[in-house]
Amino acid sequence: MGMQTPVATGRSVTGIPTGRLAVWWIVGSEIVIFGGLLMYYIMLRNKFDFWSESSAHTNTFAGALNTFILLTSSLFIVMAHYYAEQKDHIKSFKYIWATIGGGLCFLLVKSMEWTFEIMSGYTITSELFWSFYYTAAGIHAVHVIAGMVIMGIISFDVLQRKNMHRVELIGIYWHFVDIVWIFLFPLLYIAK
Amino acid sequence: MAEHTHAHKDEHEHHGPRFYFKIYLVLLVLLVVSIIGPELNNRVLTLITAFGIAIVKALMVAAYFMHLKVEKKYIWYMLYTMLLMVFLFFLGTAADVMKSDGNNWTNESAHRLIDQHKGNAPAEH
Repeated sequence: MGMQTPVATGRSVTGIPTGRLAVWWIVGSEIVIFGGLLMYYIMLRNKFDFWSESSAHTNTFAGALNTFILLTSSLFIVMAHYYAEQKDHIKSFKYIWATIGGGLCFLLVKSMEWTFEIMSGYTITSELFWSFYYTAAGIHAVHVIAGMVIMGIISFDVLQRKNMHRVELIGIYWHFVDIVWIFLFPLLYIAK
Repeated sequence: MAEHTHAHKDEHEHHGPRFYFKIYLVLLVLLVVSIIGPELNNRVLTLITAFGIAIVKALMVAAYFMHLKVEKKYIWYMLYTMLLMVFLFFLGTAADVMKSDGNNWTNESAHRLIDQHKGNAPAEH
């Protein structure tokens, strides 16, 4: 057992599997990245009254729809994790791809929303709020894309019953991406 | 292998498709409340329903979907440390960023922005 497994994979000072520990550290570093963005929002929102004038132009329906999509995809990936633990690799594979589908829907809604906004003249350089909007939502979208690519790679391992524990690892990451959106939604779409 | 069968013993009660679906439904209800609340145009209610509920939703996802509820304390301490870093960033920069003037300094670009909007200057877009 584990003859080809790297030493670091099985070593665990903390009692936490190395892969899971690494993902938690990634999440920790992401907290600083997105936390910094959120703090930036709070500071500027309180400083400039006109901020709310700009934010009134975002599409609440699109934001709410994307929140619904990401929450649903979070359910799918936790189900994929559950079935991976149950050694049901087929169901796990299907739920992983349902999650990827959720990510695709999210990006589709976002790209339609951005197209409409850019065509209406709201670009990244047009106003302070829009700079924040495109930066925060853009960085988040990059994380969504990264998660989808990693899930796609992991899914084919799962199909071969290899490295099933990685479903949990990508799940932790994906839930974090969901949590970031849970905070971005009220900031960008509700607090007008 | 033993490492992977990590100690999620009391996880059984917080585990399984039915349980996850229940959490998901609660999250959807909270989403609806967070959209409807601010429509009532009450500032306090908006803060509670939009941001208060966002915190509750985030904690639910972390606790039940990320299984943080049954994760080792080490992870909690690490995440708290990161949140502290964010708070320190806020404390270190807020005084300068949130003010437009201070002793012997003035943020002229911030003043220009405010004047531009007070004067209803034509939007750049």
